[in-house]
Amino acid sequence: MTSAAAASGADGRSVALATVLIPKSEVAAITVVDVDAVSFVYRDTPVLDCVSFEVSAGEFVALTGPNGSGKSTLLRLILGLLVPIGGSVSLFGDPPRRVRDRWRIGYVPQRPASADELPATVQDVVATGRLARRGWWRRPGPADAAAVDDALDTVGLAELRTRRFAELSGGQQQRALIAKALVTSPELLVLDEPTTGVDVASQRRFRDTLVAARDRGTAVLLVSHELGAVAGDLDRLLLLRRGKIAFDGPPADLTATGVSLGVHATDLPIWLEGLE
Amino acid sequence: MILAALPLPWPFEREFMQLALAAGLVVGICAPLIGTFMVQKRLSLMGDGIGHVAFAGVAAGLLAGVWPIWTALVAAVVGAVAIEWLRSRGRASGDLALAVLFYSGIAGGVVLTGLAGSLDAGTLTYLFGSILTVDDSDALTVAVLGAVIVAAVVVCRRALFAIVLDEEAARVAGLPVDALNLGLAALTAVTIVAGMRIVGVLLVAALMVLPVGAAQRLTRSFAATLLTASLIGAASAIVGLTAARQWALAPGGTIVLVAAACFLVSATVTSLPTRSPTAAADTR
Repeated sequence: MTSAAAASGADGRSVALATVLIPKSEVAAITVVDVDAVSFVYRDTPVLDCVSFEVSAGEFVALTGPNGSGKSTLLRLILGLLVPIGGSVSLFGDPPRRVRDRWRIGYVPQRPASADELPATVQDVVATGRLARRGWWRRPGPADAAAVDDALDTVGLAELRTRRFAELSGGQQQRALIAKALVTSPELLVLDEPTTGVDVASQRRFRDTLVAARDRGTAVLLVSHELGAVAGDLDRLLLLRRGKIAFDGPPADLTATGVSLGVHATDLPIWLEGLE
Repeated sequence: MILAALPLPWPFEREFMQLALAAGLVVGICAPLIGTFMVQKRLSLMGDGIGHVAFAGVAAGLLAGVWPIWTALVAAVVGAVAIEWLRSRGRASGDLALAVLFYSGIAGGVVLTGLAGSLDAGTLTYLFGSILTVDDSDALTVAVLGAVIVAAVVVCRRALFAIVLDEEAARVAGLPVDALNLGLAALTAVTIVAGMRIVGVLLVAALMVLPVGAAQRLTRSFAATLLTASLIGAASAIVGLTAARQWALAPGGTIVLVAAACFLVSATVTSLPTRSPTAAADTR
Protein backbone atom coordinates (compact mmCIF):
# COMPACT_ATOMS: atom_id res chain seq x y z
CA MET A 1 0.00 0.00 0.00
CA THR A 2 1.62 3.21 -1.09
CA SER A 3 0.27 6.66 -1.62
CA ALA A 4 0.06 7.71 -5.21
CA ALA A 5 -3.27 9.14 -6.29
CA ALA A 6 -6.26 10.48 -4.45
CA ALA A 7 -9.90 9.51 -4.27
CA SER A 8 -12.84 10.95 -2.42
CA GLY A 9 -14.40 8.69 0.14
CA ALA A 10 -17.93 8.67 1.48
CA ASP A 11 -17.03 11.20 4.15
CA GLY A 12 -15.37 13.48 1.66
CA ARG A 13 -11.86 12.64 2.84
CA SER A 14 -9.25 11.88 0.17
CA VAL A 15 -7.48 8.56 0.35
CA ALA A 16 -4.94 7.03 -1.99
CA LEU A 17 -3.76 3.46 -2.12
CA ALA A 18 -1.14 2.34 -4.63
CA THR A 19 -2.39 3.04 -8.12
CA VAL A 20 -5.86 1.76 -7.34
CA LEU A 21 -8.39 4.24 -6.07
CA ILE A 22 -10.11 2.78 -3.02
CA PRO A 23 -12.98 4.45 -1.19
CA LYS A 24 -12.33 5.57 2.37
CA SER A 25 -14.78 3.03 3.73
CA GLU A 26 -12.75 0.17 2.23
CA VAL A 27 -9.42 1.61 3.35
CA ALA A 28 -10.67 1.66 6.92
CA ALA A 29 -11.36 -2.06 6.63
CA ILE A 30 -7.60 -2.73 6.37
CA THR A 31 -6.36 -3.43 9.90
CA VAL A 32 -2.84 -2.11 10.40
CA VAL A 33 -2.43 -2.52 14.18
CA ASP A 34 -4.19 -5.37 15.99
CA VAL A 35 -3.71 -5.51 19.76
CA ASP A 36 -5.54 -8.57 21.08
CA ALA A 37 -5.94 -9.21 24.81
CA VAL A 38 -2.40 -8.03 25.53
CA SER A 39 -1.02 -8.28 29.05
CA PHE A 40 2.40 -7.29 30.33
CA VAL A 41 4.14 -7.52 33.68
CA TYR A 42 7.27 -5.60 34.66
CA ARG A 43 9.18 -7.08 37.62
CA ASP A 44 6.05 -8.68 39.07
CA THR A 45 4.07 -5.44 38.66
CA PRO A 46 1.13 -5.73 36.23
CA VAL A 47 1.40 -2.96 33.64
CA LEU A 48 -1.19 -3.96 31.02
CA ASP A 49 -4.20 -6.16 31.58
CA CYS A 50 -5.99 -7.69 28.60
CA VAL A 51 -5.81 -4.62 26.35
CA SER A 52 -7.47 -4.91 22.94
CA PHE A 53 -7.98 -2.47 20.09
CA GLU A 54 -7.33 -2.06 16.39
CA VAL A 55 -6.10 0.78 14.24
CA SER A 56 -7.08 0.78 10.58
CA ALA A 57 -5.55 2.37 7.51
CA GLY A 58 -6.47 6.01 7.17
CA GLU A 59 -7.43 6.27 10.83
CA PHE A 60 -6.08 8.87 13.25
CA VAL A 61 -6.05 7.44 16.78
CA ALA A 62 -4.65 8.95 19.96
CA LEU A 63 -3.62 6.94 22.99
CA THR A 64 -3.63 8.92 26.21
CA GLY A 65 -3.84 8.47 29.95
CA PRO A 66 -2.18 9.51 33.20
CA ASN A 67 1.47 8.86 34.00
CA GLY A 68 2.06 5.19 34.77
CA SER A 69 -1.05 4.05 32.92
CA GLY A 70 1.00 1.84 30.58
CA LYS A 71 1.08 4.03 27.44
CA SER A 72 4.81 3.74 26.86
CA THR A 73 4.79 -0.01 27.49
CA LEU A 74 1.94 -0.46 25.04
CA LEU A 75 3.80 1.63 22.47
CA ARG A 76 6.93 -0.52 22.85
CA LEU A 77 4.85 -3.69 22.51
CA ILE A 78 3.29 -2.41 19.30
CA LEU A 79 6.72 -1.59 17.88
CA GLY A 80 8.13 -4.99 18.81
CA LEU A 81 10.60 -3.59 21.34
CA LEU A 82 8.88 -5.68 24.04
CA VAL A 83 7.03 -9.00 23.86
CA PRO A 84 3.68 -9.42 25.67
CA ILE A 85 3.32 -12.13 28.30
CA GLY A 86 -0.26 -12.68 27.22
CA GLY A 87 -2.27 -11.95 24.09
CA SER A 88 -0.78 -10.85 20.81
CA VAL A 89 0.16 -7.80 18.76
CA SER A 90 0.26 -7.78 15.00
CA LEU A 91 1.25 -5.16 12.46
CA PHE A 92 0.02 -5.70 8.92
CA GLY A 93 -1.02 -9.20 9.98
CA ASP A 94 2.39 -10.26 11.34
CA PRO A 95 4.00 -10.09 14.79
CA PRO A 96 5.92 -6.76 14.97
CA ARG A 97 9.35 -8.39 14.95
CA ARG A 98 8.48 -10.38 11.83
CA VAL A 99 7.42 -7.43 9.69
CA ARG A 100 9.97 -7.60 6.88
CA ASP A 101 9.33 -4.26 5.17
CA ARG A 102 10.24 -2.08 8.12
CA TRP A 103 9.81 1.07 6.02
CA ARG A 104 6.06 0.55 6.43
CA ILE A 105 6.47 1.69 10.06
CA GLY A 106 7.30 5.33 10.71
CA TYR A 107 8.31 5.98 14.32
CA VAL A 108 8.73 9.40 15.91
CA PRO A 109 10.47 8.96 19.28
CA GLN A 110 10.71 11.55 21.99
CA ARG A 111 13.50 14.04 21.36
CA PRO A 112 16.76 12.04 21.57
CA ALA A 113 19.11 12.69 24.47
CA SER A 114 22.02 13.11 22.05
CA ALA A 115 20.32 16.01 20.24
CA ASP A 116 22.08 18.83 22.10
CA GLU A 117 25.58 18.00 20.91
CA LEU A 118 24.97 16.03 17.75
CA PRO A 119 27.29 17.18 14.94
CA ALA A 120 24.76 16.60 12.19
CA THR A 121 22.57 18.64 9.86
CA VAL A 122 18.80 18.41 9.67
CA GLN A 123 19.30 16.67 6.33
CA ASP A 124 21.61 14.07 7.96
CA VAL A 125 18.95 13.25 10.53
CA VAL A 126 16.09 12.96 8.06
CA ALA A 127 18.17 10.83 5.66
CA THR A 128 18.68 8.11 8.30
CA GLY A 129 14.97 7.31 7.88
CA ARG A 130 15.71 6.02 4.38
CA LEU A 131 17.93 3.19 5.67
CA ALA A 132 14.82 1.09 6.34
CA ARG A 133 13.75 1.48 2.74
CA ARG A 134 16.97 0.89 0.79
CA GLY A 135 18.99 -1.34 3.16
CA TRP A 136 21.44 0.05 5.72
CA TRP A 137 24.56 -0.97 3.83
CA ARG A 138 23.56 0.67 0.52
CA ARG A 139 24.62 4.11 -0.69
CA PRO A 140 21.82 6.66 -1.05
CA GLY A 141 20.58 7.32 -4.58
CA PRO A 142 18.50 10.01 -6.31
CA ALA A 143 15.25 8.50 -4.97
CA ASP A 144 16.56 8.88 -1.42
CA ALA A 145 17.53 12.52 -2.01
CA ALA A 146 14.12 13.28 -3.51
CA ALA A 147 12.34 11.60 -0.60
CA VAL A 148 14.36 13.65 1.91
CA ASP A 149 13.47 16.84 -0.01
CA ASP A 150 9.78 15.94 0.01
CA ALA A 151 9.75 15.09 3.72
CA LEU A 152 11.52 18.35 4.61
CA ASP A 153 9.02 20.28 2.48
CA THR A 154 6.13 18.52 4.20
CA VAL A 155 7.23 19.63 7.66
CA GLY A 156 8.33 23.08 6.51
CA LEU A 157 12.05 22.67 7.18
CA ALA A 158 13.37 22.78 3.62
CA GLU A 159 15.15 26.09 4.22
CA LEU A 160 16.86 24.76 7.35
CA ARG A 161 18.12 21.53 5.80
CA THR A 162 21.81 22.41 6.16
CA ARG A 163 21.35 23.87 9.63
CA ARG A 164 22.87 21.92 12.50
CA PHE A 165 20.16 19.80 14.16
CA ALA A 166 21.30 20.86 17.64
CA GLU A 167 20.74 24.53 16.73
CA LEU A 168 17.03 24.06 16.02
CA SER A 169 14.32 24.89 18.52
CA GLY A 170 12.56 21.99 20.26
CA GLY A 171 9.60 22.27 17.89
CA GLN A 172 11.83 22.30 14.83
CA GLN A 173 13.74 19.26 16.07
CA GLN A 174 10.46 17.43 16.55
CA ARG A 175 9.41 18.33 13.00
CA ALA A 176 12.71 17.02 11.69
CA LEU A 177 12.08 13.72 13.48
CA ILE A 178 8.60 13.57 11.94
CA ALA A 179 10.20 14.15 8.52
CA LYS A 180 12.60 11.27 9.29
CA ALA A 181 9.58 9.03 9.95
CA LEU A 182 7.70 10.23 6.85
CA VAL A 183 10.65 9.84 4.49
CA THR A 184 9.77 6.22 3.72
CA SER A 185 6.10 6.99 3.03
CA PRO A 186 5.08 4.72 5.90
CA GLU A 187 1.71 3.01 6.17
CA LEU A 188 1.75 3.29 9.96
CA LEU A 189 2.97 6.38 11.78
CA VAL A 190 3.58 6.00 15.54
CA LEU A 191 4.44 9.11 17.56
CA ASP A 192 5.61 9.14 21.18
CA GLU A 193 4.81 12.40 23.03
CA PRO A 194 5.74 14.49 19.98
CA THR A 195 4.44 17.85 21.19
CA THR A 196 6.17 17.99 24.57
CA GLY A 197 7.79 21.42 24.83
CA VAL A 198 6.82 22.38 21.29
CA ASP A 199 5.86 25.96 20.39
CA VAL A 200 2.40 26.83 19.07
CA ALA A 201 3.51 27.39 15.46
CA SER A 202 5.17 23.99 15.35
CA GLN A 203 2.09 22.38 16.88
CA ARG A 204 -0.03 23.82 14.08
CA ARG A 205 2.38 22.50 11.46
CA PHE A 206 2.49 19.20 13.32
CA ARG A 207 -1.31 18.91 13.19
CA ASP A 208 -1.39 19.68 9.44
CA THR A 209 1.28 17.06 8.78
CA LEU A 210 -0.54 14.31 10.66
CA VAL A 211 -3.89 15.10 9.06
CA ALA A 212 -2.27 15.02 5.61
CA ALA A 213 -0.67 11.64 6.41
CA ARG A 214 -4.01 10.27 7.58
CA ASP A 215 -5.70 11.56 4.43
CA ARG A 216 -3.13 9.73 2.31
CA GLY A 217 -4.25 6.46 3.93
CA THR A 218 -1.61 6.24 6.65
CA ALA A 219 -2.73 4.85 10.00
CA VAL A 220 -1.64 7.37 12.64
CA LEU A 221 -1.21 6.35 16.29
CA LEU A 222 -0.34 9.26 18.55
CA VAL A 223 0.71 8.61 22.14
CA SER A 224 0.52 11.85 24.10
CA HIS A 225 -0.54 13.66 27.25
CA GLU A 226 -1.24 16.75 25.20
CA LEU A 227 -3.88 16.38 22.47
CA GLY A 228 -5.08 19.97 22.23
CA ALA A 229 -3.48 20.58 18.83
CA VAL A 230 -5.18 17.62 17.16
CA ALA A 231 -8.31 17.16 19.29
CA GLY A 232 -10.63 18.18 16.46
CA ASP A 233 -9.04 15.82 13.94
CA LEU A 234 -8.94 12.54 15.84
CA ASP A 235 -11.06 9.65 14.62
CA ARG A 236 -10.76 7.80 17.90
CA LEU A 237 -9.39 8.27 21.34
CA LEU A 238 -8.05 5.43 23.49
CA LEU A 239 -7.75 6.18 27.16
CA LEU A 240 -5.56 3.94 29.28
CA ARG A 241 -5.97 3.74 33.00
CA ARG A 242 -4.05 1.39 35.28
CA GLY A 243 -3.25 -0.87 32.36
CA LYS A 244 -6.77 -1.13 30.98
CA ILE A 245 -8.68 0.67 28.25
CA ALA A 246 -11.02 3.02 30.12
CA PHE A 247 -12.41 4.68 27.00
CA ASP A 248 -12.38 3.86 23.29
CA GLY A 249 -14.47 6.06 21.05
CA PRO A 250 -14.80 9.39 19.29
CA PRO A 251 -13.19 12.25 21.24
CA ALA A 252 -16.48 14.15 21.17
CA ASP A 253 -18.01 11.53 23.43
CA LEU A 254 -15.36 12.25 26.02
CA THR A 255 -15.29 16.03 25.70
CA ALA A 256 -19.09 16.07 26.05
CA THR A 257 -18.57 14.95 29.64
CA GLY A 258 -16.47 18.03 30.31
CA VAL A 259 -13.02 16.49 29.92
CA SER A 260 -10.56 18.64 27.98
CA LEU A 261 -8.02 17.05 25.65
CA GLY A 262 -5.33 19.55 26.53
CA VAL A 263 -2.82 19.05 29.31
CA HIS A 264 -4.22 16.41 31.66
CA ALA A 265 -2.98 17.87 34.88
CA THR A 266 -6.34 17.95 36.60
CA ASP A 267 -9.50 17.09 34.74
CA LEU A 268 -8.59 13.72 33.21
CA PRO A 269 -7.52 12.04 36.44
CA ILE A 270 -10.66 13.43 38.11
CA TRP A 271 -12.83 12.11 35.29
CA LEU A 272 -11.12 8.73 35.49
CA GLU A 273 -11.81 8.49 39.19
CA GLY A 274 -15.47 9.18 38.40
CA LEU A 275 -15.59 6.04 36.28
CA GLU A 276 -15.60 3.87 39.36
CA MET B 1 58.77 -0.28 2.52
CA ILE B 2 57.58 1.96 -0.29
CA LEU B 3 57.45 5.11 1.83
CA ALA B 4 61.01 4.56 3.01
CA ALA B 5 62.22 5.06 -0.54
CA LEU B 6 60.60 8.48 -0.87
CA PRO B 7 62.84 11.54 -0.77
CA LEU B 8 60.90 13.33 1.97
CA PRO B 9 62.21 16.54 3.57
CA TRP B 10 63.28 16.94 7.21
CA PRO B 11 62.19 15.58 9.64
CA PHE B 12 61.05 12.60 7.59
CA GLU B 13 64.19 12.06 5.48
CA ARG B 14 65.34 9.03 7.53
CA GLU B 15 63.78 5.57 7.13
CA PHE B 16 62.76 5.22 10.79
CA MET B 17 60.95 8.56 10.64
CA GLN B 18 59.17 7.56 7.44
CA LEU B 19 57.97 4.33 9.06
CA ALA B 20 56.89 6.34 12.10
CA LEU B 21 55.07 8.79 9.82
CA ALA B 22 53.25 6.00 7.99
CA ALA B 23 52.13 4.31 11.21
CA GLY B 24 51.27 7.63 12.86
CA LEU B 25 49.17 8.74 9.89
CA VAL B 26 47.20 5.48 9.86
CA VAL B 27 46.42 5.73 13.57
CA GLY B 28 45.86 9.50 13.39
CA ILE B 29 43.27 9.00 10.65
CA CYS B 30 41.59 5.83 11.95
CA ALA B 31 41.29 6.52 15.68
CA PRO B 32 39.04 9.58 15.25
CA LEU B 33 36.87 7.70 12.72
CA ILE B 34 35.88 5.22 15.42
CA GLY B 35 36.05 7.85 18.15
CA THR B 36 33.39 9.98 16.45
CA PHE B 37 30.78 7.30 17.12
CA MET B 38 32.03 6.55 20.64
CA VAL B 39 31.96 10.23 21.63
CA GLN B 40 28.40 10.65 20.34
CA LYS B 41 27.38 7.53 22.30
CA ARG B 42 28.92 9.13 25.38
CA LEU B 43 31.41 6.32 25.69
CA SER B 44 34.51 8.49 25.30
CA LEU B 45 36.39 6.50 27.94
CA MET B 46 35.72 3.12 26.37
CA GLY B 47 38.99 3.27 24.46
CA ASP B 48 40.83 3.74 27.75
CA GLY B 49 39.12 0.73 29.30
CA ILE B 50 39.93 -1.43 26.29
CA GLY B 51 43.52 -0.16 26.39
CA HIS B 52 43.89 -1.54 29.89
CA VAL B 53 42.60 -4.93 28.77
CA ALA B 54 44.95 -4.82 25.78
CA PHE B 55 47.81 -4.35 28.26
CA ALA B 56 46.75 -7.62 29.92
CA GLY B 57 46.89 -9.18 26.46
CA VAL B 58 50.39 -7.83 25.92
CA ALA B 59 51.49 -9.36 29.23
CA ALA B 60 49.87 -12.67 28.27
CA GLY B 61 51.80 -12.63 25.00
CA LEU B 62 55.07 -11.92 26.78
CA LEU B 63 54.33 -14.77 29.21
CA ALA B 64 53.43 -17.22 26.43
CA GLY B 65 56.22 -16.13 24.09
CA VAL B 66 53.72 -15.01 21.41
CA TRP B 67 53.95 -11.71 19.50
CA PRO B 68 52.09 -9.40 21.97
CA ILE B 69 50.19 -7.57 19.23
CA TRP B 70 48.07 -10.64 18.51
CA THR B 71 47.36 -11.50 22.14
CA ALA B 72 46.53 -7.85 22.79
CA LEU B 73 44.12 -7.90 19.84
CA VAL B 74 42.33 -11.00 21.17
CA ALA B 75 42.12 -9.59 24.72
CA ALA B 76 40.94 -6.19 23.49
CA VAL B 77 38.21 -7.62 21.25
CA VAL B 78 36.98 -9.93 24.03
CA GLY B 79 37.00 -7.02 26.50
CA ALA B 80 35.17 -4.72 24.07
CA VAL B 81 32.49 -7.28 23.34
CA ALA B 82 32.09 -7.96 27.09
CA ILE B 83 31.61 -4.29 27.89
CA GLU B 84 29.07 -3.88 25.10
CA TRP B 85 27.22 -6.94 26.40
CA LEU B 86 27.17 -5.57 29.96
CA ARG B 87 25.96 -2.20 28.71
CA SER B 88 23.31 -3.36 26.22
CA ARG B 89 21.80 -5.99 28.51
CA GLY B 90 21.49 -3.46 31.28
CA ARG B 91 23.66 -5.55 33.58
CA ALA B 92 25.75 -2.47 34.34
CA SER B 93 25.63 1.22 33.47
CA GLY B 94 28.09 2.42 30.85
CA ASP B 95 30.54 3.94 33.33
CA LEU B 96 30.36 1.00 35.76
CA ALA B 97 30.98 -1.48 32.94
CA LEU B 98 33.99 0.64 31.92
CA ALA B 99 35.30 0.68 35.48
CA VAL B 100 35.07 -3.11 35.69
CA LEU B 101 37.04 -3.33 32.46
CA PHE B 102 39.61 -0.72 33.54
CA TYR B 103 40.55 -2.33 36.82
CA SER B 104 40.31 -5.96 35.72
CA GLY B 105 42.49 -5.21 32.71
CA ILE B 106 45.25 -3.36 34.51
CA ALA B 107 45.27 -5.83 37.41
CA GLY B 108 45.46 -8.77 35.01
CA GLY B 109 48.27 -7.05 33.14
CA VAL B 110 50.28 -6.45 36.31
CA VAL B 111 49.86 -10.06 37.48
CA LEU B 112 50.75 -11.55 34.10
CA THR B 113 53.72 -9.22 33.66
CA GLY B 114 54.96 -10.27 37.09
CA LEU B 115 54.60 -13.94 36.17
CA ALA B 116 56.52 -13.36 32.96
CA GLY B 117 59.19 -11.43 34.85
CA SER B 118 59.13 -8.90 32.04
CA LEU B 119 58.27 -5.52 33.59
CA ASP B 120 61.04 -3.89 31.60
CA ALA B 121 61.61 -1.52 28.71
CA GLY B 122 59.84 -3.94 26.35
CA THR B 123 56.65 -3.69 28.37
CA LEU B 124 56.93 0.08 28.63
CA THR B 125 57.04 0.16 24.81
CA TYR B 126 53.42 -1.00 24.77
CA LEU B 127 52.34 1.15 27.71
CA PHE B 128 53.72 4.43 26.35
CA GLY B 129 54.36 3.62 22.69
CA SER B 130 57.58 3.65 20.76
CA ILE B 131 56.80 5.00 17.35
CA LEU B 132 60.43 5.60 16.42
CA THR B 133 61.19 1.87 16.72
CA VAL B 134 58.36 0.81 14.39
CA ASP B 135 59.70 -1.67 11.85
CA ASP B 136 58.33 -2.90 8.52
CA SER B 137 56.17 -5.63 10.07
CA ASP B 138 54.75 -3.22 12.67
CA ALA B 139 53.92 -0.72 9.95
CA LEU B 140 52.33 -3.43 7.81
CA THR B 141 50.23 -4.68 10.74
CA VAL B 142 49.05 -1.15 11.52
CA ALA B 143 48.24 -0.57 7.84
CA VAL B 144 46.16 -3.77 7.62
CA LEU B 145 44.26 -2.95 10.82
CA GLY B 146 43.74 0.60 9.54
CA ALA B 147 42.35 -0.69 6.23
CA VAL B 148 39.86 -2.85 8.15
CA ILE B 149 38.73 0.17 10.18
CA VAL B 150 38.33 2.47 7.16
CA ALA B 151 36.45 -0.17 5.14
CA ALA B 152 34.09 -0.89 8.04
CA VAL B 153 33.38 2.80 8.64
CA VAL B 154 32.75 3.46 4.94
CA VAL B 155 30.18 0.65 4.79
CA CYS B 156 28.53 1.08 8.21
CA ARG B 157 28.76 4.81 8.94
CA ARG B 158 25.17 5.69 8.04
CA ALA B 159 23.73 2.84 10.08
CA LEU B 160 26.03 3.63 13.00
CA PHE B 161 24.93 7.27 12.83
CA ALA B 162 21.28 6.14 12.97
CA ILE B 163 22.09 4.16 16.12
CA VAL B 164 23.93 7.11 17.64
CA LEU B 165 20.92 9.33 16.89
CA ASP B 166 18.36 6.99 18.49
CA GLU B 167 19.05 3.33 19.19
CA GLU B 168 15.39 2.45 19.73
CA ALA B 169 14.27 4.09 16.49
CA ALA B 170 17.06 2.24 14.68
CA ARG B 171 15.68 -1.06 16.02
CA VAL B 172 12.18 -0.15 14.84
CA ALA B 173 13.65 0.59 11.40
CA GLY B 174 14.98 -2.97 11.31
CA LEU B 175 18.67 -2.16 11.62
CA PRO B 176 20.79 -4.94 13.19
CA VAL B 177 21.55 -2.75 16.19
CA ASP B 178 23.12 -5.40 18.43
CA ALA B 179 25.41 -6.67 15.67
CA LEU B 180 26.47 -3.14 14.69
CA ASN B 181 27.13 -2.18 18.32
CA LEU B 182 29.27 -5.28 18.78
CA GLY B 183 31.05 -4.53 15.51
CA LEU B 184 31.78 -0.98 16.67
CA ALA B 185 33.12 -2.30 19.99
CA ALA B 186 35.36 -4.74 18.13
CA LEU B 187 36.59 -1.95 15.83
CA THR B 188 37.40 0.13 18.90
CA ALA B 189 39.56 -2.76 20.11
CA VAL B 190 41.27 -3.00 16.72
CA THR B 191 41.98 0.75 16.84
CA ILE B 192 43.50 0.49 20.30
CA VAL B 193 45.81 -2.32 19.22
CA ALA B 194 46.74 -0.50 16.01
CA GLY B 195 47.76 2.53 18.06
CA MET B 196 49.50 0.61 20.82
CA ARG B 197 52.97 0.78 19.31
CA ILE B 198 52.45 4.40 18.25
CA VAL B 199 51.33 6.24 21.37
CA GLY B 200 50.88 3.34 23.82
CA VAL B 201 47.80 1.77 25.39
CA LEU B 202 47.60 4.54 27.98
CA LEU B 203 47.35 7.31 25.39
CA VAL B 204 45.83 5.81 22.25
CA ALA B 205 42.27 6.49 23.43
CA ALA B 206 43.16 10.20 23.47
CA LEU B 207 43.46 10.10 19.68
CA MET B 208 39.94 8.67 19.55
CA VAL B 209 38.49 11.56 21.53
CA LEU B 210 40.49 14.82 21.26
CA PRO B 211 40.35 15.25 17.45
CA VAL B 212 36.63 14.49 17.56
CA GLY B 213 36.07 17.03 20.32
CA ALA B 214 37.87 19.62 18.21
CA ALA B 215 36.15 18.71 14.93
CA GLN B 216 32.56 18.61 16.15
CA ARG B 217 32.81 22.23 17.24
CA LEU B 218 33.92 23.31 13.78
CA THR B 219 31.57 21.34 11.54
CA ARG B 220 27.88 21.01 10.83
CA SER B 221 27.35 17.65 9.15
CA PHE B 222 28.28 14.23 10.46
CA ALA B 223 30.35 13.41 7.38
CA ALA B 224 32.31 16.67 7.81
CA THR B 225 32.93 15.78 11.47
CA LEU B 226 34.34 12.38 10.49
CA LEU B 227 36.58 13.92 7.84
CA THR B 228 37.75 16.88 9.93
CA ALA B 229 38.48 14.71 12.97
CA SER B 230 40.62 12.42 10.82
CA LEU B 231 42.48 15.40 9.34
CA ILE B 232 43.16 16.76 12.83
CA GLY B 233 44.37 13.30 13.91
CA ALA B 234 46.70 13.09 10.91
CA ALA B 235 47.97 16.64 11.46
CA SER B 236 48.60 15.83 15.12
CA ALA B 237 50.76 12.87 14.07
CA ILE B 238 52.80 14.98 11.62
CA VAL B 239 53.25 17.97 13.94
CA GLY B 240 53.85 15.74 16.96
CA LEU B 241 56.55 13.73 15.23
CA THR B 242 58.19 16.91 13.94
CA ALA B 243 58.21 18.50 17.39
CA ALA B 244 59.49 15.29 18.98
CA ARG B 245 62.38 15.13 16.49
CA GLN B 246 63.23 18.82 16.88
CA TRP B 247 63.23 18.92 20.66
CA ALA B 248 63.94 15.25 21.47
CA LEU B 249 60.54 14.73 23.12
CA ALA B 250 58.62 11.50 23.68
CA PRO B 251 56.78 11.20 20.34
CA GLY B 252 53.62 9.46 21.60
CA GLY B 253 52.95 12.03 24.28
CA THR B 254 53.82 14.89 21.92
CA ILE B 255 51.29 13.69 19.33
CA VAL B 256 48.56 13.57 21.98
CA LEU B 257 49.53 17.04 23.30
CA VAL B 258 49.21 18.46 19.79
CA ALA B 259 45.72 16.90 19.53
CA ALA B 260 44.84 18.43 22.91
CA ALA B 261 46.08 21.82 21.67
CA CYS B 262 43.81 21.48 18.60
CA PHE B 263 40.87 20.87 20.94
CA LEU B 264 41.71 23.96 23.01
CA VAL B 265 42.05 26.13 19.90
CA SER B 266 38.76 24.82 18.53
CA ALA B 267 36.98 25.39 21.85
CA THR B 268 38.37 28.91 22.10
CA VAL B 269 37.54 29.89 18.51
CA THR B 270 34.00 28.53 18.66
CA SER B 271 33.24 30.17 21.99
CA LEU B 272 33.99 33.62 20.56
CA PRO B 273 30.82 35.68 19.97
CA THR B 274 29.49 35.55 16.41
CA ARG B 275 27.35 38.04 14.57
CA SER B 276 24.85 35.60 13.07
CA PRO B 277 21.90 34.67 15.27
CA THR B 278 21.17 31.03 16.02
CA ALA B 279 18.09 29.24 14.86
CA ALA B 280 16.61 29.19 18.30
CA ALA B 281 14.44 32.16 17.51
CA ASP B 282 13.19 30.62 14.27
CA THR B 283 9.87 29.05 15.00
CA ARG B 284 8.68 28.47 11.50
